[in-house]
Amino acid sequence: MSELSTNAKKVIEEHLGRYPSKQAVTLPALHVVQQETGCVSRKAISEIADILELSPAQINDTLSFYGFFRTEEDPLGKKRVWICRSLPCMLRGGEELLAELCQRWGIQPGQTTADGEVTLELAECLGACDGAPCMLVDDELTLRVIADDVEKQVRGNK
Amino acid sequence: MSNDNFQPVLLARQNKPNSHTLASYQADGGYQALAKALKMANTEVIDVVKASGLRGRGGAGFPTGLKWTFLPKDVKGPIYLCINGDESEPGTFNNRVLIEQDPHQVLEGIVISSFATRTTTAYFYLRYEYGRCYRVLKDAIDEMYDNNLLGKNILGSGYDLDIHLHRGACAYICGEETGLIESLEGKRAWPRIKPPFPAIEGAFRKPTVVNNVETMACIPHIINHGPEWFMSMGIPKDPNNPRDAGSYGPKLYCISGHVNKPGLVELPMGISARDLIEKHAGGVWKGRKAKAVVPGGISMGFMSESELDTPLDFAGPGRVGCLGLGTAAVIVIDDHTSMVDVLYNACRFFAHESCGQCTPCREGTAWSTKILERIRDGRGKLSDIDLLLEISASIGTIPGTTICGLADGAAWPMKTAINKFRGEFEEYIKSGRKSESRSLAGAH
Repeated sequence: MSELSTNAKKVIEEHLGRYPSKQAVTLPALHVVQQETGCVSRKAISEIADILELSPAQINDTLSFYGFFRTEEDPLGKKRVWICRSLPCMLRGGEELLAELCQRWGIQPGQTTADGEVTLELAECLGACDGAPCMLVDDELTLRVIADDVEKQVRGNK
Repeated sequence: MSNDNFQPVLLARQNKPNSHTLASYQADGGYQALAKALKMANTEVIDVVKASGLRGRGGAGFPTGLKWTFLPKDVKGPIYLCINGDESEPGTFNNRVLIEQDPHQVLEGIVISSFATRTTTAYFYLRYEYGRCYRVLKDAIDEMYDNNLLGKNILGSGYDLDIHLHRGACAYICGEETGLIESLEGKRAWPRIKPPFPAIEGAFRKPTVVNNVETMACIPHIINHGPEWFMSMGIPKDPNNPRDAGSYGPKLYCISGHVNKPGLVELPMGISARDLIEKHAGGVWKGRKAKAVVPGGISMGFMSESELDTPLDFAGPGRVGCLGLGTAAVIVIDDHTSMVDVLYNACRFFAHESCGQCTPCREGTAWSTKILERIRDGRGKLSDIDLLLEISASIGTIPGTTICGLADGAAWPMKTAINKFRGEFEEYIKSGRKSESRSLAGAH
C-alpha cells in the first residue's frame, strides 16, 4: 500500500508545474506529508523520491537540514507549540515561560506529552517581537502569552 | 520634512476594515501604479526606481534599481524574481505586519518589479512560521488571478506573470539570498560561494533577483509619486563620501524589548534611537533607563546609552561601531539586565542557526556560546573576554573566512558588547556569580 495519501500525491502533482526542476517540490512534499502524519517516514521519503526522480538520500539530505521535520522514530503530537527564546522574547520572560511549561508538562523542549497531545519546542525569533513573549501553535502566532493561556489554548481542561 | 507632519506611506492602510482585500486596496487607489508601469518601458521603470535612491530593506541596503541592472541584457530564457519573506532576524517583524494587513501593496510591488526585470515567474519565499501571512497571501493572489492582475496578459498589456508561494521550514539561513535559492530548489539552505552572483546565475541556474518584502512595498509608491517625492524623505547622501548612497524614503522601525509600547512605527529614515524610544515607544519600561540598544536586529551589535542620539539611517549605526542599520529592528535593553545574559542569548542564536558549512562559523559560534555558558555558571576566566574578541575578529566575510555573512552577524554583538561593556564582563567574572537568568540546560 502506498504511504502517501491521495491528497499528498495531488498536492505534490500540483506543485510540479510551478518549478523548472522536480527537486524544488521537496519542501512542499515534506510539508504535506508531515502535516498529515506528524512525521515523514522512511517509506514516505522513498515514495517522494520516486515521484521527484531523486534518490531517497537526496530527500533525506534536505529533510535532515531543517530541524522542522520529524522521522517516524520521533513523531509530533497532535499540536506543536513553539515558545520563542530569542532576545526580544527573553527580555520579556520567554525563557521563564518555556521553563515553566517544561515543568508543568514534565517534558523537555522537543518532547511530546505522554498522552501524545502536545509537542513542546523552543523557537528562535518567531517574528512577533511586538508581542513578546510569543508562541506559535502549529503555524498560528499568539502574542503576549503567559503559561496559563498556553495551557488553556492547547491543553483545554487536561 | 519634519517627522511631526509625516503621514505614513507603507502603513497608511493599517487597521482599516478588510485592509487585506483587493476591493479595499483598489478603493484606496491600489494597482494604479501597476497600470502606469505597464504603459512604460521596463527600462524606464528601472530608471525611476534607480533615481529614487531606494535601498533594499532586508538588511544589506543595496540600491534596488542598481541590483536590477546587473541582470544580463540579452538573456534567452527565464529570469526569476525571488521575494525574501524569510524574516527571522531577532527583533524584526515588519514583513509580517505588512503582509497580514496590506498584502496587495506588497504584491503590486512584486508585479511591477517583475515587469521591470522581465520576470515571468516570481517565487515568494515565506518563512513557515507566518501561517497567517501564507493564508492571506494565498487569498490575495487568487483575487489577482480572478481580476487579470496576474496570469496572462495582465491588464491587457501583453505581459504575463505567475507568483508562487513557497514555504520555508524554520531556518534563519534561508534569509541569506543564496541560501534562500538553494532552499527553493529543494536542497539544504547552504549559501553559495559568490561570484557568480544571483543576477548572473541564481535560482535554477538562471539570472535571478532577490528582493525583500518591505522593498517591494515601496515600489508602487515610487511609481505613483516619483523619485523626487521619495527623496524628499530621509537623509541625503554625504557629499564628502562618494560611496554613500544616502538613506531615502520612509522606513519601518520595529521596536521591542524593554519599552512601554513595543510595535511597528513608520518614519522617514534617520530618526534617532532616543526619539524612537521616547516619542514613539512610550519610553523605557518601569521608569528605568536604557543600558544598550540594538539598532537593527541582533547581528548589528549594540549601541550604549550615550550613543542613542545616533540617527538610524543606513550610515548612522556604523559610526558608533555597529555593523549597520540592518533591518531597523530596535531592541531596548534596560539597566537591570546583565549584558552577559544578553550576549549569551545572541551567541546561542547564531550557534543554533549556523548552517555548519564553514568551519570558522560553525565552531566559532558554538565556542563563543560555550565560553559564555561557563561565565554564566561562575566559572569564567578573565582571559575569556579576549578569547571572545579573538573569535569575533576571526569569523565572517569581513575577515574573509566564511561564505556568507551569518558569522559577521555573530561577531558584531560580541565585539560591541565587550568593547562597550567590558567592565561589566570583568566584574561578573571576578565576582564568580552565576546568572540569575535560568536557561534550560542543553537547550540549543
